[in-house]
Amino acid sequence: MNVVVCIKQVPDTTEVRIDPVTNTLVREGVPSIINPFDENAIEEGIRLVEKHGGKVTVITMGPPQAEEALRRALSMGADEAVLISSRAFAGGDTWATSYVLSRAIRKLGDFDLVLCGKQAFDGDTAQVGPGVAEQLGIPQATYVIEVEIDGKRMRARRVLEDRYEVIEMRLPALITVVKQINEPRHPRLKNVMAAKKKAIPVWGPDDIEADPSLCGLDGSPTNVVRTFLPERHHEGEMLQGDTEAVVTRLVGKLHKLELV
Amino acid sequence: MPMVIDASKCTGCLLCVRVCPYAGIEVEEKTPSLTESCTYCGACVAACKFDALKLERPPKEQTDTSLYRGLWVLAEHNGERLASVTLELLGEGQKLAQRIGEPVSLALLGHNVEHLIPRAAEAGADKVYLVQHEVLKDYRTGPYTDVICGLVERFKPEIVLYGATSQGRDLASRVAARVNAGLTADCTGLDIDPEDRLLKQTRPAFGGNIMATILCRHARPQMATVRPKVMRKGDPRVGATAEVTDVPVNLDEKAVLTKIVEIIREQRRAVNLAEAAIIVSGGRGIRKAENFALIADLADALGGALGASRATVDAGWIPAYHQVGQTGTTVQPKLYVACGISGAIQHLAGMQSSETIVAINIDPHAPIFKVATYGIVGDLFEIVPALTKAIRELS
Repeated sequence: MNVVVCIKQVPDTTEVRIDPVTNTLVREGVPSIINPFDENAIEEGIRLVEKHGGKVTVITMGPPQAEEALRRALSMGADEAVLISSRAFAGGDTWATSYVLSRAIRKLGDFDLVLCGKQAFDGDTAQVGPGVAEQLGIPQATYVIEVEIDGKRMRARRVLEDRYEVIEMRLPALITVVKQINEPRHPRLKNVMAAKKKAIPVWGPDDIEADPSLCGLDGSPTNVVRTFLPERHHEGEMLQGDTEAVVTRLVGKLHKLELV
Repeated sequence: MPMVIDASKCTGCLLCVRVCPYAGIEVEEKTPSLTESCTYCGACVAACKFDALKLERPPKEQTDTSLYRGLWVLAEHNGERLASVTLELLGEGQKLAQRIGEPVSLALLGHNVEHLIPRAAEAGADKVYLVQHEVLKDYRTGPYTDVICGLVERFKPEIVLYGATSQGRDLASRVAARVNAGLTADCTGLDIDPEDRLLKQTRPAFGGNIMATILCRHARPQMATVRPKVMRKGDPRVGATAEVTDVPVNLDEKAVLTKIVEIIREQRRAVNLAEAAIIVSGGRGIRKAENFALIADLADALGGALGASRATVDAGWIPAYHQVGQTGTTVQPKLYVACGISGAIQHLAGMQSSETIVAINIDPHAPIFKVATYGIVGDLFEIVPALTKAIRELS
């Protein structure tokens, strides 16, 4: 089976600090990583191909340095990688990004399954996976914790707020995966070396036959018009005293707020 | 190039470089330039005090926006009751729609769901577009998308709001891709300008470290998913009725690509952190799995849900669906009690918008105290049981 995994390179936000003076993000020395949920998607793709045969192709849309993320995916065991990169793609919202990814997937040829992480760490929208599925005209299963392939059919267990749901659909299909689906493997040294040598083609708008007016900022229905820092909580209050005193004071405060 | 840089106004203060979340801008000799990483997010434009940076949006008149009128809410329900986020959206929708003199409509899809209409009318629905069919009994992406897109094409709402739930996100993304609408995820604030009728959609980005306001200028409808528990339900409009439009649909189960094999509602899965009004979470400070009993006991006394930090989930002390934070569930309860949680940024990102935050930690320098409304430095093994007891005695 042909599996395509869409990934995104994101700043490692667990490492991001806020400058206490300027109240802005400190980016110096913040490493870029593969969006953690996308690592689960890569892992699942590799496992499925190990079981059913075929190949895993990993794609990302991003700046030239996103190649690092693709190299890591290759070193985990993906067979091929394509970088979709051009200034024409910059500034795209989820609509334009879905469009570009779907064009690239079509360009790759026949596929059975597209895998994505449930959402990206930096944007947190969870919109691109379903957007790609729609642009490709295939069914989707989001928030998947378990997937089984049987010939041309797929059975997926979805984890939702208050329930699990098991659904079945025909392939080709797209799934977005949650963290609990698997434990991503660490690349072996041998694979890291091999991945370094592998050629990664770079595709621009012409290569994927994309309409430039639908890509990047131009193709985005939504625009960010303002960014600002969130209002921080007003100065917090530290409750002092022995256990009995602090508990009494806290219960009093919560009672006043009608929380107890 | 949509970014216009006026180097003559640059003072070389480097504020733009500092605010950029993507290392997308550099300044050399008072001359800013964009790097390959720029996403045109506009953070630098907002930060520049000297108007040296401007984002220019090309005009795009694709859609006659005047054809689109009215505000819609997409109903989420379980067949018996409307989800509380739907009621919240109807309440908020009323406030927004009044600013442009438009009615609020509820799109209600399902099977035998007319009984939900009176509650919807009370909560703020002036109109209901009712689509009933056996195929629509349980939510499935395909048929729901088809029906909604059909409604949008036919009735042309200018705004459509969805709950930012797994269902709402699954559906809205698909609809937006099909009808070429703008969609903003996970909004925490909505406003509307009566002049240009544009919906100002504010959402946290970058793990809640930056807020962004987003507009959809030309494409219609303007669509947004809105986090549960952010908007307030309006006062019930007692005795209100809604004008119901029955929309017949022609659906064939055989044509639906997705089959639901089973739905499992597990008792212990009913933690539903995203919807909880009160959450009590334990972190590494509880030392071992068994001690989650203490935290669960306090959660029980408060009538809240049990949460956990990533460290405890990674340690295998508690199942992952209890995890609060950026990699777990983002929550916004009325009360969040953090016990023995130091406050890693990915945890803070997932809970710092809670209304009231109580932090109990032995380390006075723990970052969690920076976001806490009330902080207690001390031993959670003493404080938590005492707190549980005091709350039980009160109620």
